[in-house]
Amino acid sequence: MPPIRVEIDGTAYEDDVEPRLLLVHYLRDRLGKVGTPIGCDTSNCGACTVLLDGLSAKSCAVLAVQADGRDVTTIEGLGVPGTGREHPMQRAFHEEHALQCGYCTPGMIMAAIDLLRENADPSADEIRQGLEGNLCRCTGYQNIVRAVRRASADMRQGAAQAQDAVQGRERGAAS
Amino acid sequence: MSAPATEGPAPEIGSPRRRSEDARLVTGRTRWTDNLQPAGTLHVAYLRSPYAHAAIARVDAGRARDRPGVVAVFTGADLAAEQGGLPCAWPVTEDMKHPDHPPMAVTEVRYVGEPVACVVARDRYAAVDALEDVDVDYTALPAVVDMEEALAEGADLVHAGLGTNRSYTWVYKNGDLDAAIRDAPVVLERRYVQQRLIPTAMEPRAVLCVPEGDDFTLYSATQIPHILRLMLATVTEIPEHRIRVVAPDVGGGFGSKLQVYGEEVLALLLARRLGHPVKWTESRSEGNMTVHHGRDQIQRLTLGADRDGRIRGLKVDLLADMGAYLMLVTPGVPLLGAFMFNGIYKMDAYSFTCSGVFTTKTPTDAYRGAGRPEATFGIERLMDELAAELGLDPIEVRRRNWITRDEFPYETVSGLTYDSGDYEAATDKALELFGYDALRAEQAERRGRRDPVQLGLGVSTFTEMCGLAPSRVLGSLAYGAGGWEYASVRMLPSGKVEVVTGASAHGQGHETAWAQIAADRLGVPFDDVKVLHGDTAVAHKGMDTYGSRSLAVGGMALYSACDKVVDKARTIAAHLLEAAEQDLEFAGGRFSVRGVRDEGTTIQEVAQATFTAHDLPDGIEPTLDSDATFDPDNFSFPHGTHLCAAEVDTETGMVRLRSYVAVDDVGKVVNPMIVEGQVHGGLAQGIAQALYEEAVYDAEGNLTTTTMADYLVPSAADLPEFTTDRTETPATSNALGVKGVGEAGTIASTPAVVNAIVDALRPFGVKDVPMPCTPERVWRAVRDGTGPDGPGSTGGAR
Amino acid sequence: MIPAKFEYVRAASAGEAVSALAQAGEDAKILAGGQSLMPLLRLRLAYPDALIDVGRIEALREIRDEGGALLIGAMATHHQVVRDPLVRAHAPLIAAATATVADPAIRHRGTFGGALAHADPAGDLPAVALALDAVLLARSPRGEREIPAADFFVDWMTSALDPDELLTGVRVPKLGPGWGVHYEKFHRTAQAWAIVGVACAVRRERGAVEDARVALTNMGPVPVRATAVERFIEGRTVSSSSLRAAGERAAEGTSPPTDLHGSAEYRAHLATVLTARALTAAAAV
Repeated sequence: MPPIRVEIDGTAYEDDVEPRLLLVHYLRDRLGKVGTPIGCDTSNCGACTVLLDGLSAKSCAVLAVQADGRDVTTIEGLGVPGTGREHPMQRAFHEEHALQCGYCTPGMIMAAIDLLRENADPSADEIRQGLEGNLCRCTGYQNIVRAVRRASADMRQGAAQAQDAVQGRERGAAS
Repeated sequence: MSAPATEGPAPEIGSPRRRSEDARLVTGRTRWTDNLQPAGTLHVAYLRSPYAHAAIARVDAGRARDRPGVVAVFTGADLAAEQGGLPCAWPVTEDMKHPDHPPMAVTEVRYVGEPVACVVARDRYAAVDALEDVDVDYTALPAVVDMEEALAEGADLVHAGLGTNRSYTWVYKNGDLDAAIRDAPVVLERRYVQQRLIPTAMEPRAVLCVPEGDDFTLYSATQIPHILRLMLATVTEIPEHRIRVVAPDVGGGFGSKLQVYGEEVLALLLARRLGHPVKWTESRSEGNMTVHHGRDQIQRLTLGADRDGRIRGLKVDLLADMGAYLMLVTPGVPLLGAFMFNGIYKMDAYSFTCSGVFTTKTPTDAYRGAGRPEATFGIERLMDELAAELGLDPIEVRRRNWITRDEFPYETVSGLTYDSGDYEAATDKALELFGYDALRAEQAERRGRRDPVQLGLGVSTFTEMCGLAPSRVLGSLAYGAGGWEYASVRMLPSGKVEVVTGASAHGQGHETAWAQIAADRLGVPFDDVKVLHGDTAVAHKGMDTYGSRSLAVGGMALYSACDKVVDKARTIAAHLLEAAEQDLEFAGGRFSVRGVRDEGTTIQEVAQATFTAHDLPDGIEPTLDSDATFDPDNFSFPHGTHLCAAEVDTETGMVRLRSYVAVDDVGKVVNPMIVEGQVHGGLAQGIAQALYEEAVYDAEGNLTTTTMADYLVPSAADLPEFTTDRTETPATSNALGVKGVGEAGTIASTPAVVNAIVDALRPFGVKDVPMPCTPERVWRAVRDGTGPDGPGSTGGAR
Repeated sequence: MIPAKFEYVRAASAGEAVSALAQAGEDAKILAGGQSLMPLLRLRLAYPDALIDVGRIEALREIRDEGGALLIGAMATHHQVVRDPLVRAHAPLIAAATATVADPAIRHRGTFGGALAHADPAGDLPAVALALDAVLLARSPRGEREIPAADFFVDWMTSALDPDELLTGVRVPKLGPGWGVHYEKFHRTAQAWAIVGVACAVRRERGAVEDARVALTNMGPVPVRATAVERFIEGRTVSSSSLRAAGERAAEGTSPPTDLHGSAEYRAHLATVLTARALTAAAAV
């Protein structure tokens, strides 16, 4: 069994795994990181989406050995519940009622974060196209689109504020 | 009942409170059944029949048993003595044919996917591997795929012992239908097919059974922990009080988890045999074959009307595909439609006949709407056909037939009493939001210039029966249980509140909506309320969640339980305030002496005083708890008007929905945000039936849509932006005035979409496109129609 | 579902991959991005003895300018291809078609070479490679060889690669100035495979079509070059009627499948409509 070393949500894991072990089963069954669910076996539904070296990937279509040496971010790595330190996307999903049963939500949120990495200010149509690989059976997607728009605005505003703060410090240092 | 809060914070009921459930769901801290993994858990994998119909000659599991990691292998024969039969709780007629349904097949398999053996192993990989070493000798028997052929003389039989493929025929008649049709100047005859659907909740089924001595805790992704517990006890003869069923977080159901599945029974039996926790989680491709399917009807409809469009009578002749076996409510599902085929319309005569037919396919059962979408589709398609036949606008023909707002309560031809409604208001609002007249003008313009992309407008003015259900009505329909719901309220020493509900949410947001009701009725902050559900050890009774019943029935139980708590608190408060009970008023969570506003105590302070019990009135127990059940005396009847604009590419058959307006009247609303979300999701599923989804079987009875690559669930990119709005006509059957919203969107939208497609193609002589309206089917309809200049071109809207 | 067991070899270089493949024998498979292979493994529709993982061979991801042609490394991901300035400038048809493949997460891992070697006639890229007269570079213990796209797709899900051959890259002749391109994909849902797709490149000069390349997705067991369309339109003045007339010839010589999503007859019809549309878009009428 090949050894792997994977950094997941900020923690390094070293394990020997069967080559056929799917990344999602490694997360769930070996590490107990059950925040990432499984919804299909043909990589259509996207429920298991994680970020692999920063890009969205369906963890049911990746072998654990393929993640060796890589960095994985799951829904569990985004924010700490109850601390107010949720990711803006998590907050936006809550505020816009972008989830009902919540089963697709971890994957949807990871895919949406990836979408904003590509396009910080997407239109409603671009959001719909960008989330084509993630299926939701409850919401009809409308509030998901709203949530991504909201997160986009919040994140751009957050980035602008951070920028202002840096410039403010720089100005302060220069004067 | 006590008055609602009049001071303090804004009322919770009616506010778009963000959901309490979300905190765990958006952070991945959820308890899905497959997440649970007690020490020593063994994993189950099922070997399933590759044949639609075959005799099992021999099962040899020897090699599988010898594999590393394999703990046990069981065949149907191994479990035959203890596995019992899966229940059907709805014997719709006295002579209904009800075949045995073993959880694991013993001698014969009757659909592809039926379990024939299982492997129990130390992990899921080992279990699945060992399936390849279980050898089964099958003797193929004829598949029975087509319902109409199944009823023909000399047809091959699904259950040879029954001598027929007909399970039952159920009839309802009111008025002289033959006369109504015979004399009618306009008679429409149509045959519509409700294709078979796969519910496709995002969370696949999963079950974990943990044995603890003589007791068993069964965790399952189920909508019905209470019904499941009773049925498991009945099937396995393990006493009911030895079984605890937990529905942890459940990832959607849509009816598919309103079931007693073989895998649930077998989990219990395997845990008992092996003395270890056993878990089974299905894969999607396994689930597509074995989760019960929905719809699957052939409808033959005859409608008689006057020249002015007034309906005289409607004849409904249904064949409903049961699949291979009768499951929990399989035979009853199409009968829910018996009460709905007349829709919102007045007519003199009505007849409904339904035959349940066995085929060698996955059993059918409730899927979002369950019988009502099928019926609504039939009548709403007919209304558009009638309009086209008479050259009337489809809205106008509906106006001429619907129950007007001053006619409620109204006893319909199918025997229900609609308590309230305002079809005029919902329709007027929808027409305005839609821009109906402008779209009609554009349609005419496109027709005029022979645009290859034609525009169609579809109408659906629907109603449904929700709030299942008055127990007496269920009894009269031979259903095996009541329709009440249960709730309890307990005030904790600190004044915080625990609400227990027998309704078992699986995505609907009960934890939020119930807390809103309790917060308002008790006058406590929303955040001081915790809602508990989905565990028979916590909610000791309940009737669970389906049929848009939770709020109209379970919400009312909570409403009553809250009032009981307030009543008891009033007695204690009066004692504490040294006032007479009748002199106390209760508002904003505070009891005060009438006329002396600053003298009072909050209900949360009363809770603390009750806990210490230092100074309670004589004979008062030191608890501030209550129980209540609610059994409605009528259904509730949400309604609405949905309008769909579809662009149809006549060259390719591709349909694009351009706009969709839904104005729903679901009565009073507890949480408008949740209501809107329910409508959105319902629309998506109803549109998916119209355009995308179908469980397809080949001639040998193989399901060819076993994966999500073939069974097309739409993504965000495939659906339009919806415009939703509401009118509010309170239900009179419950004090909250609520009706139910879980199924409305699904029921209304399917005919709206198909009506829009057919409307676009009327100039081509098209009168129907079978569902799902795939591009090929649309293209064929255009090609096979009479063409833009043919005789069909005079129909359609003015 | 869960894949059956297999051996796993991670190759550090193309050479290593080729020798590992040779060593592993007939039932070994190359694991590129795995986005087509993984569902087949999970459904147990494929049972390889061994997977040779070429995912770490950075050299195979390179996209470089060879003068008259681009060399696209077999392991260039769809995500990379869509954004690559060379591809966008010199092979915009590839960028356009690749952007329609599956969904963003799949495109992050799926590879250009993998999609071609998979040889699925419903895949979007085989027809594109065919339309562009791409040349596929294969490496085995016997050395390297070049396989023209026209010879590469042998049968349904079968390429001309020998069991011990590794696809290392694809040489795509650059389209010069004056070319317009379009990939017309027709599918029922965003995720669904193309019922029919039309890959089209057209060079206009003085109002006429000087050169046309048209290839069809899912119109037979292999991607098909619509030569009748090309012959008809070349040299003709661009007009909606001439393009439509060219489209009418799209189904000639094809043998489209009948499946859940469309009959052969329907596909033949669609090919004509979609080809006319693709030509119209490519010729910028």
